[in-house]
Amino acid sequence: MARYILKRVLLALPALLGLVLLTFVLTRVIPADPAAMLAGDAATPAQIADIRTRYGLDQPLWRQAVTHVRQVMTGDLGSSIFTGRPVAEEIGFRLPATLELTFAALFLSVLFGVPLGLLAALDHNGPVDQVVRLLSVGGLAIAGFWLAIMLQLVFSMELDLLPLRGRLDVALGTPPTVTGLYLLDSLLAGRLDMFGNALKHLVLPAVTLCLPGLASIARFTRSGVLETLQKDFVLYARAAGYSPFRLAAIYVLRNAVTVTVTQVGLLFGALISGAVAVEAIFDWPGLGTYAVQAILAADYKALLAVTLVVGVVYAVVNVLVDVAQALVDPRVAEQLK
Amino acid sequence: MSDMLASAPEAPSLMTVRDLAVHIPTDAGVARILDGVSFTLPPGGSLGIVGESGCGKSTLLRAILGILPKGARVPQGQVLFQGQDILKTPVRGRIGFIPQDPYLSLNPVFRAGDQLLEGMRNHAPGTRDDHRKKLINLFHAVQLPEPQNALDKYPHQFSGGQRQRLLIAAALACDPDLVVADEPTTALDVTTQREILALLRSLISERNMGLLFVTHDFGVLSSVCEDVAVLYAGRVAEYGPTGNVLADPRHPYTRMLLACHPDRATDLIGIPGTVPAATAQPPGCRFHPRCPISRPNCAVAVPEAVRIFDGSRVACPYHADPLPEVALG
Repeated sequence: MARYILKRVLLALPALLGLVLLTFVLTRVIPADPAAMLAGDAATPAQIADIRTRYGLDQPLWRQAVTHVRQVMTGDLGSSIFTGRPVAEEIGFRLPATLELTFAALFLSVLFGVPLGLLAALDHNGPVDQVVRLLSVGGLAIAGFWLAIMLQLVFSMELDLLPLRGRLDVALGTPPTVTGLYLLDSLLAGRLDMFGNALKHLVLPAVTLCLPGLASIARFTRSGVLETLQKDFVLYARAAGYSPFRLAAIYVLRNAVTVTVTQVGLLFGALISGAVAVEAIFDWPGLGTYAVQAILAADYKALLAVTLVVGVVYAVVNVLVDVAQALVDPRVAEQLK
Repeated sequence: MSDMLASAPEAPSLMTVRDLAVHIPTDAGVARILDGVSFTLPPGGSLGIVGESGCGKSTLLRAILGILPKGARVPQGQVLFQGQDILKTPVRGRIGFIPQDPYLSLNPVFRAGDQLLEGMRNHAPGTRDDHRKKLINLFHAVQLPEPQNALDKYPHQFSGGQRQRLLIAAALACDPDLVVADEPTTALDVTTQREILALLRSLISERNMGLLFVTHDFGVLSSVCEDVAVLYAGRVAEYGPTGNVLADPRHPYTRMLLACHPDRATDLIGIPGTVPAATAQPPGCRFHPRCPISRPNCAVAVPEAVRIFDGSRVACPYHADPLPEVALG
């Protein structure tokens, strides 16, 4: 198993190097000239040229690329060309916020998506199946920003049950940073009040963000279960006297979720990009809002760093997915030998 | 149909299937998969069920095992196992099952032990440890290599022949009185096939178990089964001691089927036509559209089973007529 994990990690490295180079090239082919934007509308060509020299933008592209890769390797993501603050510091604060949100959404998707898919498959073409199908079409079709505003209207404005925005009530301060995930840090600090408050803040954004994922996980689990039910080994298991519950929830489901697990890896990308809109609406201080600001300001340093960090997170998640898959299906680990 | 049962009414029976019908509603109408199937298996006896694909062999097994597909109905008939109608009160653990394909019958994501012990967990007394010990002993009996570790391996770590040995061991694990085998060697190569059959035969006769053996291979049939029932389109065409049926087949279908067998035919020819769809069974004798000696009456009247001699019967009134040469190759 250790060998398998190592192999998956090694396979991810070239992809990451490719990502570093590709994002670099992309930020250079966009029409906006960062030097000109930074210098402002009133700048003279001489001032712009000066800025260009200072940031190394006058160097040949390949030299810039080499410098860029070298800096990234040493963990130096540079400073924002607008605020001057180190990008790594900014991301260090915002990444946990985004991770907390996306993992919460992922957790909800799996927690509800898998059982819904299972129930639908067991009632193939029956009423439960129809309802789940309707829900999953709805989950994919409903626009996140609309749902977010509706949830805010109902649960925050009307019922006053859940907070409207942010990660924590300002009055509570913040938990001492260990992981940057408020739920975890507040527990580590023994602050149950803070934990509850952070959880309340998390509910609406996470629910908004989880719906498309929940819908697709339900669909994939459903078709996985239906496919598995056709297998000869299910017939054999029935003859061996499995109770219907054990058969469905343990014996069949484990085969069925091999497809779902792959789906979770793909889903994670969608969750992170979905987080951009959700973070904006709920004023969630995550990477998404940061990325939007960077795009609007043509802050290429920040943009590169965000893309890279998201890429790394995505790669890590996919390695985890591969490991999960090997745990679910013992044949997977052996295929890679 | 009543005289079909008359063959041995007082003889002790391990399993008696009486006039069994299984219907499955489909979009294309009701599929009459089985229609009036009857046979008797004495204790310790062995009966082969032969027929082409789609004749209802597998459905018959599933009815006996109590795992008919969803929606299947049993409009008539009984399956008496040791005198008990198992369609009403399923018996578990007293009938062992060896499935058709050892590659597909084990779930790839669970250890062999997790699956093979399930039958004992549900049907046999004792703790899991007892069950493990017993199954490992059986692994020795089925000559599985490294029987001690087998339970903790995954199915893909065994060869096809080894998997079939696992399944045979599991079928015997609850000390059943009857073992039901669904073409247990078709997925294996010929050498392995022979070993597995020899093993199965000796295990079954040592333990004095009954055997119900589905196959479409006459060679396998003659080496394993004392009696044979030839199934065609959900009905028993011919029934009798294997030796007799193979040496002197009477039903036109059996005669042509045997003529198709490459070991017997000089020129290989098939039976023209195909088994009718279960939703569109022809009236009268179900074989008549393909039968070279069918008469107008065959399309009208369902043929009664005719006793040829003791323990043999054939569902064709014209079983004594010769078939045209061309039909027999």
